[in-house]
Amino acid sequence: MKKLVVYLMSGPETPELAAAAVAGGADLIELGFPFSDPLADGPVIRRAAERALQQGMRTRACLDGLARTRELVPRTPLVPMTYAALLEAYGWDRFARDAHAAGATSLIVADLPAGERPELRRIQLVAPTSTDERVRIAAEQTDGWLYLVTVTGTTGARTDVSPALAGLVERARAVTNLPLYAGFGIATPEQARTAADLADGIVVGSRAVEVAEEGPDALREYVRTLRHAVDAVVAA
Amino acid sequence: MTSTPGLYGTYGGRYVPETLIPALDELEAGWRSAQADESFQSELDELGRTFGGRPTPLTRAERFAPGKRLYLKREDLLHTGAHKLNNALGQAVLARRLGKRRIVAETGAGQHGVATATVCARFGFDCVVYMGEEDMRRQRPNVERMNLLGAEVRPVDFGTRTLKEATSEAIRDWITNVETTHYLIGSCVGPAPYPEIVRELQAVIGREAREQLREAEGRLPEIVVACVGGGSNAIGIFAGFLDDAEVRLLGVEAAEAASLGVGNPAVLHGARSSVLSDEDGQIADAHSISAGLDYPGVGPEHAWLRDSGRAQYVRATDEEALDAFRDLTRLEGIIPALEPAHALARARELDEELVLVCLSGRGDKDLAEVLAR
Ligand SMILES: Cc1ncc(COP(=O)(O)O)c(C=O)c1O
Repeated sequence: MKKLVVYLMSGPETPELAAAAVAGGADLIELGFPFSDPLADGPVIRRAAERALQQGMRTRACLDGLARTRELVPRTPLVPMTYAALLEAYGWDRFARDAHAAGATSLIVADLPAGERPELRRIQLVAPTSTDERVRIAAEQTDGWLYLVTVTGTTGARTDVSPALAGLVERARAVTNLPLYAGFGIATPEQARTAADLADGIVVGSRAVEVAEEGPDALREYVRTLRHAVDAVVAA
Repeated sequence: MTSTPGLYGTYGGRYVPETLIPALDELEAGWRSAQADESFQSELDELGRTFGGRPTPLTRAERFAPGKRLYLKREDLLHTGAHKLNNALGQAVLARRLGKRRIVAETGAGQHGVATATVCARFGFDCVVYMGEEDMRRQRPNVERMNLLGAEVRPVDFGTRTLKEATSEAIRDWITNVETTHYLIGSCVGPAPYPEIVRELQAVIGREAREQLREAEGRLPEIVVACVGGGSNAIGIFAGFLDDAEVRLLGVEAAEAASLGVGNPAVLHGARSSVLSDEDGQIADAHSISAGLDYPGVGPEHAWLRDSGRAQYVRATDEEALDAFRDLTRLEGIIPALEPAHALARARELDEELVLVCLSGRGDKDLAEVLAR
């Protein structure tokens, strides 16, 4: 079975939205902790972060939201995704400790490349520009699975699945047996299917954030269509 | 002054998405090989002399600062009107060595944008400059200059609509086009090795000024003063005097953009430095009449020079800068940019007698803003 990962920006309704995504078939939820200057993000997630900050979603509120989400979805892995600035301010160790205590399974720090702060256990990202050596280091240090950034660029929907994904999967498979999940640019069931055919799982971010604005029902239905697309790969 | 490469004490580093790491490694290797190559330095010297107008003179400002021997290092007389050209020329030669033909940059006051557009015209590079809408309004002449020079100015219409957001968008463009594009950063900020590259390219200011002042006065200045936005003109002139322990180094920040005066250790635009930020690490807004100082971050080396005590940093308000702007214009016949007007405001009230000030740029761009007051 291929895995389906759904990204949501932290907000007052996060627990209900995460539960809806899980009901629709999500295997793992990434929870964005908003930062004012998110360099890895395109317009959709950047705007969602601005809104979240206006709603008071500071680090403490995000951790509380994570804990409430954990109560609603007791078994699904939950992974905060954020930026180094938040950990720097909160304390690196303390952030990891409090996130795990609130129910986090692991962490993703978008601007902390492999090799930096190796003591902070987290899911590492590799990109089409990564050298083979960097893919190897990331695979060695990563926590459970490796995040393949499919595009050379920021988060946000694209019209097609990046042609760089196949090569990146091949290079990662050469150095690790860990699961490889592909993210950035995947929005439609068609793209989900294409990407899941290559990788072990897929991550849907910007489009999920947009659909989540319409509420839990819309999100559950959207995730369901992705689930069908991803499952069709195994059936084929 | 670096302890570990890319680190200034605990400041600096590379807090960027993985996508950029190979490009930063390539830039670092290209920079090391350029430094080891005499033809690189001689080409820069030649360009500085025949294209930029180096060396820039030293001018004594007797009427502006009576009772003192106050000298201005005249980067306002450099081609395009500010010190920014020193860095843009050097990075253009570096980009050519790296085989890049497209340049992206951010700009606040527009001086770095103009310098970048100028070197791109000179070297035949494609040029995209990100600029906040608020800065496009208050630095209109520089937008027109960039357009004339063939650059595409892309307005940034969200967040602060100033230099902070323009920098983020330039970095996002670089992440997307990194294989073809060099990011020509405008100050000694950003991920390693940028702070070092910009400092070395601006160090020509301090090298020249040191020789010129010794020639004029037979001794070193008691104090060197420069305005600090990202910190590039300051680090450039300080670089000539860092090893002269008896020379005091003074940076002047805009009062409402005092990253060193009231900032906290935080991560912004790829580096850890002293940043205007709250207890959660969220970046705060800066405010200054001068677009070039209106930035919540500062180069990591300045944070380290502050902590070590080698340099001190003070503030000047919008009004103080405007007064100094008017006085230098009326008393010396030199219209300064609003950025170095902050340095002038503090320089004239110092206890020291022999003072060197970096006049980092000229004020043509600021006329509308000043006349509206
Ligand atoms: C004339 C002038 N001086 C100073 C600055 C501030 O930059 P930095 O602190 O990097 O010298 C600017 C920035 O635009 C400028 O145009």
